[in-house]
Amino acid sequence: MRRTWAGIAAVVITVAAGAVFVGSRTGGAVAEQPLDLARGGLLYVDESGRVRQDDRVGPSCQRVDVAAGTLACLRATAVPDQAELVVTKPGAGPRTISEWGTPSRVRVSPSGRLVGWTVFRSGDSYLGGAGTFSTTAGIFDLDTGSHYGSLEDFALTVDGKPYPAEDLNYWGVTFARDDRTFYATVRSAGGTWLVRGDLRGRTLTALRRNVECPSLSPDGTRVAYKFREGDRWRLHVLSLADGRDVPLADPAHLDDQPQWLDDRTVAYGRDKAIHAVPADGTGAPVVVRPAASSPAVVR
Amino acid sequence: MYVSSVRSTGPALPGGRAKHAVPATVVGLGVVSLITDMSAEMVTAVLPLYLVYGLGVGYLQLGAIDGLYTGATALLRLAGGYFADRLGRPKAVALVGYGLSAATKLAFPAAGSSLGAIGLVIGADRAGKGIRTAPRDAMITLATPDGGLGRAFGVHRAMDTAGALLGPIIAFGLLTVLVGDYPAVFGVSFCLAVIAVIVLAVFVRAPAGAVERSRVRLRAGFALLRQPGLRGTCLAAAALGVCTVGDMFLFVGVQQSAGLPPGALPLLPLATALAFMALASPIGRLADRVGRWKVFLAGHVVLLAAYVVLAASAVGWAVAAVVLAAHGVFYACTDGVLMAHASPLVPESLRATGLAFVQTGQSLARAAGAVVFGALAAGTALRPAFALFAVVLLVSVLAGTRVK
Repeated sequence: MRRTWAGIAAVVITVAAGAVFVGSRTGGAVAEQPLDLARGGLLYVDESGRVRQDDRVGPSCQRVDVAAGTLACLRATAVPDQAELVVTKPGAGPRTISEWGTPSRVRVSPSGRLVGWTVFRSGDSYLGGAGTFSTTAGIFDLDTGSHYGSLEDFALTVDGKPYPAEDLNYWGVTFARDDRTFYATVRSAGGTWLVRGDLRGRTLTALRRNVECPSLSPDGTRVAYKFREGDRWRLHVLSLADGRDVPLADPAHLDDQPQWLDDRTVAYGRDKAIHAVPADGTGAPVVVRPAASSPAVVR
Repeated sequence: MYVSSVRSTGPALPGGRAKHAVPATVVGLGVVSLITDMSAEMVTAVLPLYLVYGLGVGYLQLGAIDGLYTGATALLRLAGGYFADRLGRPKAVALVGYGLSAATKLAFPAAGSSLGAIGLVIGADRAGKGIRTAPRDAMITLATPDGGLGRAFGVHRAMDTAGALLGPIIAFGLLTVLVGDYPAVFGVSFCLAVIAVIVLAVFVRAPAGAVERSRVRLRAGFALLRQPGLRGTCLAAAALGVCTVGDMFLFVGVQQSAGLPPGALPLLPLATALAFMALASPIGRLADRVGRWKVFLAGHVVLLAAYVVLAASAVGWAVAAVVLAAHGVFYACTDGVLMAHASPLVPESLRATGLAFVQTGQSLARAAGAVVFGALAAGTALRPAFALFAVVLLVSVLAGTRVK
């Protein structure tokens, strides 16, 4: 009899401990605060998966980007293998786009009109070896409501010829100022290319091999990207005018889409922290923000 | 009928008093399994396993992963069964297994960022499952009169599966309330696992038959296999196991032939589990009446029919429903029924060891089947691979009818 009561007591204590634990997680959750997207400064995703701007705590996102007051937040939903992109543009209500897949990249065009995203359809990032993963990249025009569902529907040209392969994966969209030109990565038959896209003509042109996750500089003259050497990627900056290519001063393996803090500095997530390094190949990497990822700059 | 002719020490149960046919120990173990599966499946549901298993990994790797997980616990099953008999304390050994799995729930958040570490933690969790399975099944048989074994196992498996169904619901409910708070999921999972251990330790009576410590050596365990009845069962179960394709392949086959989006893949096991849960108890009872081995073989015939449907690549939601229902029937006809069939063939003092042999043979064979199917599907395609496995499964079922 005493044993039974001891058992009941133990179960009750465990249930209470569990309830207190879950309750503490609910109580500890900070209510979402409005972000100041006119003021400038760095946005990032903290360890608990919330967007932060200084001491303000924003929405839950895995990836975030911001431009001209438009905030784009890409996050996983409670439903397995599903992602949603929540976009808020000044003067309009939030807009949600659902996608099958897990969040990977998100970008807003400098004017705040276009959003581009990438999700992994299968193969968690690069698990399972090269060529076994599958991504989907899309673009949405907030002004016209046009949904460019997947870049796979665009016409791709490689080495001046149409490239009709089926095994195309696109990721890492970055926008130019004209709200028409964009850059992205395509992978096919084991090779990756930097492609330049034209939204109006629905065309893509391969520019350069071994370029992944491009990020256009604010002045639009250079692209920061990961250069692939075997299974390792290193941060480089490519000058679009003359094709000059500079490896940056962080030789470490990188798996992120870089972000320009300004025209001279490139930031990126590595080892659970946001680092920054000069864009001209000089200097050394510094930690901008520990315990953070997905840097975005309010401009 | 041949079962009761082998050994019929238990009192025959009158059919009308089925309410009393399932002993309290079995219900208690069912509750423990229900809570434990709830705990385990809520973690599995949120781990990126569906990505590892996803279509992008390649059939060969998919087969290897499936095979590894199915086969990894084989040795520990034998160890768990052996120690349960050797110490004469199946409950204590089962407690070790449940306790180990409970402890691993705390390790998941720490392993979160590294896939290798997650693999290790999952390995420890599976080890706990391996250790506890044979002693737990031995306790079910020791507590149940022979005539009601099929029903007892059916009830236990139905409760077990109910927990597996509830787990993901709890996990996604928590994730919805506490947006993206994975540590909360692991915390609740740990609490549930601890409660299951407490329930087992305090409220489940160890069956009286197991108290006597048997001085078995491993050799005595292997000697069991010289007994024609058990050896035939082991060999036939293994032969049939090699002809199964592995759950993930079946789900991938269903997803492709029915033209479902890849995102539906994680939901397909739920359909199988629902059918299994609903049918485990009635089919177990049926097995007690018409013969457990017959029902075991019939389950494989149903699985064979599912393979034929997938090989014929009939398209549509109805096909998916039929195949998943058949898969659930297959589990209801085979999972507990095989244990119910095998246990009267093993002397009480070696019950856990004997059952561990049967389970190990079957799970190793199923693991091998998944690997072979993976290689075959990688070399050709899913459809011809299903067709070939349908043929070899038919041959094995025919051979299996000769087991007495």
